[in-house]
Amino acid sequence: MNTGASNVVTPPESIDLSLMDPIFAKYGGNRGALIPILQNAQELYNYLPKEVLQLIARQLGLSVSKVYGVATFYAQFYLERRGRHILKLCDGTACHVKGTPVLMTALEDRYHIGPGETTPDGELTVEIVYCLGSCALAPVAVLNGEVVGRLRQEMLLRTVKKQIDSA
Amino acid sequence: MSTPISLTPQPEATLAVNDPAHRWIAVCMGTGCSSSASTEVGAALREELVKNGLENGVEVRRTGCFGFCEQGPITVVYPDETFYTQVKPQNASKIVQEHVVGGQPVERLLYKDPASAVLVEKWHEIGFYGKQQRILLGNCGVIDPENIGHYLAKDGYQALRKCLLELTPEEIIDEMISSNLRGRGGGGFPAGMKWKLARQTQSWPKYVICNADEGDPGAFMDRSVLEGDPHSVIEGMIIAAYAIGADRGYIYCRAEYPLAIERLKIALAQARQLGLLGENILGSGFNCDLEVKEGAGAFVCGEETALMASIMGERGQPWPRPPYPAVAGVWGQPSNVNNVKSYAYTPRIMRNGADWFRSIGTEKSPGTAVFALTGQVQRTGLIEVPMGITVREIIEDIGGGVALGKRFKAVQTGGPLGGCLPEQYLDTPVDFDSLRAVGAVMGSGGMIVADETTCMVEFARYFMKFVVDESCGKCPPCRIGSLRMLEILDRITEGEGTLEDLDELHRLAEGMQRGSLCGLGQLAPSPVLSVLRFFEDEFRAHIIDKACPAHKCKALITFDIVAELCTGCMVCGRNCGSNAITGEKRGVHVIDPDLCERCGMCAEVCKFDAVRIVSPR
Repeated sequence: MNTGASNVVTPPESIDLSLMDPIFAKYGGNRGALIPILQNAQELYNYLPKEVLQLIARQLGLSVSKVYGVATFYAQFYLERRGRHILKLCDGTACHVKGTPVLMTALEDRYHIGPGETTPDGELTVEIVYCLGSCALAPVAVLNGEVVGRLRQEMLLRTVKKQIDSA
Repeated sequence: MSTPISLTPQPEATLAVNDPAHRWIAVCMGTGCSSSASTEVGAALREELVKNGLENGVEVRRTGCFGFCEQGPITVVYPDETFYTQVKPQNASKIVQEHVVGGQPVERLLYKDPASAVLVEKWHEIGFYGKQQRILLGNCGVIDPENIGHYLAKDGYQALRKCLLELTPEEIIDEMISSNLRGRGGGGFPAGMKWKLARQTQSWPKYVICNADEGDPGAFMDRSVLEGDPHSVIEGMIIAAYAIGADRGYIYCRAEYPLAIERLKIALAQARQLGLLGENILGSGFNCDLEVKEGAGAFVCGEETALMASIMGERGQPWPRPPYPAVAGVWGQPSNVNNVKSYAYTPRIMRNGADWFRSIGTEKSPGTAVFALTGQVQRTGLIEVPMGITVREIIEDIGGGVALGKRFKAVQTGGPLGGCLPEQYLDTPVDFDSLRAVGAVMGSGGMIVADETTCMVEFARYFMKFVVDESCGKCPPCRIGSLRMLEILDRITEGEGTLEDLDELHRLAEGMQRGSLCGLGQLAPSPVLSVLRFFEDEFRAHIIDKACPAHKCKALITFDIVAELCTGCMVCGRNCGSNAITGEKRGVHVIDPDLCERCGMCAEVCKFDAVRIVSPR
């Protein structure tokens, strides 16, 4: 993951580690629980703060490097805070041949961020994903959890701007 | 022993699913249609029926995928089988008043055949469905996937009952071997043989694992089966568990499929409630339970050993085989890993017999194949065809040919580990062996059509970029080999390649094929090799002429405005992100090549086709 431009200026928040208690209660004793625990933790905090990774390691009796190793292996996990709006642009094969590269160029031109990066104001994170399984609507993206399909450059920029302006 | 009461569906469910006169409206709520607001369509239809006092006379039913996703949201009005496309919530009143009440189909919402411009009323009459044979997808678009009663009414769990109460594990395995069901994940290994090996291993507990980590970009077959008919997969897994002697199992599903995961969890809970999972299933004394494991975004986890590592909470990195999973799999115990479609076929084979199964498809590859047909083709979507159909029949008859009057260039199967075929190989029959013989593969079922606007060098580069991103990094041939190949492909698309690079690509590909630990590394060079084999002229154009014949590679193209066509409307200038376009109102506009980012926005917005792409620059 490229994190070159993720200079989010939002001040660091204090992390409430007690939120993790119910998660440990639910999965604590299970074998192979590390990944579901990381998934639940990320749902809570929007990313995986260092303190949370350390806590998980302590609770499961694993080394921090082991937890870090798993957290960095999977694309779903983020170790840095992401933008308020998240655009997942699909670059699966069907979307690719139907124009994702030019959509990415348009985003780069407008927001000066590349794949995996967040705008300096912390508003927008753009991620490239491989196949959202909505190939019939190619090229597609998921903007804040909503699927937008049959994208053209101008329409994508308009949709993103509308989201940012509306919240 | 008499049939346990729990397998008898409620009479309403039987009526709803099997009575040809039942009045109902199917609303597709697969991922494709849901993302274009089919949930709202369903709600609007219900509301409209209430307004007309018909809420008890006509059922509105959530169903799985019809496959014709590009025309979504899809609704079908029964018993007429009238197929409505691109239905919006505001169309609900018309459908109810004109069709349900008035008996007249709403013409405006019918599918119009693009070639003949004829309106098609019934869904089986649409060309898209003409050559299909829907077996695995047979319940998709018919039953409510969240209602186990519907599945029971379609003879669901009857195969399980027969297996548990009437057959020995060995008899089940023999039937599966005799059916010659070949692994639908793409490998094509006979499922029955795998089961036999797992049965023979004397170590307990044993596990059944469903590989639902469908990671190939452009492929969504497994997702649609899980969303539209989850019980068929669960039933198949319980039968497999009984056959190999397992009492537990996992369904490993990629996290990008939230709807599939939700439907699976609902289905598992319902099966448990009816005593189809858990202790003493159907009074047979056999115990088994299954749980869903969500992936976390790693393509390599579709490889069976990496998948099991991930189930165990580790980095999803493969381990060397042998020992095979059937001997030592998850937690070091015997594990049977099959694809979603292989399990979904199991109850159908056990119910109808191996002979029935072998009567479909070809001798060496019996049964049907499910493909996600996408890319530059008129009709895209999910299709199920008998093995042995030709690639041409799929593209031309089902897909309606290449979209927008463009020329066909290639069809790609098997995703980033597969290959592509040019025009002259289109009459290749679709089966495991014939496709492999010409350098493509069956794969899990992605089929992507590329037209003349696709640059094949860039296409090859795209797949290698995917492999570089998704290589797990454990073994150097894959980790380093893929990166070196990508660097060369990057160079060529930037016009800086040499002819020696082509030899180097072959050399690296061979090293990866021979030296990589798992299927990902071994097969990753396939797309590049097949492009080199069939489209070497495009490589040469990039290297020798510094030209991209498809006008796609940015370093080799330039944008230019044709003075005779430019009306000076200024739209291109306003939309140019890099301020590279100058010109007065009603005067000819000019693009400054030094400022131009070659994003193509001007060409997209120009209404007069005045923007031309030139290559070489």
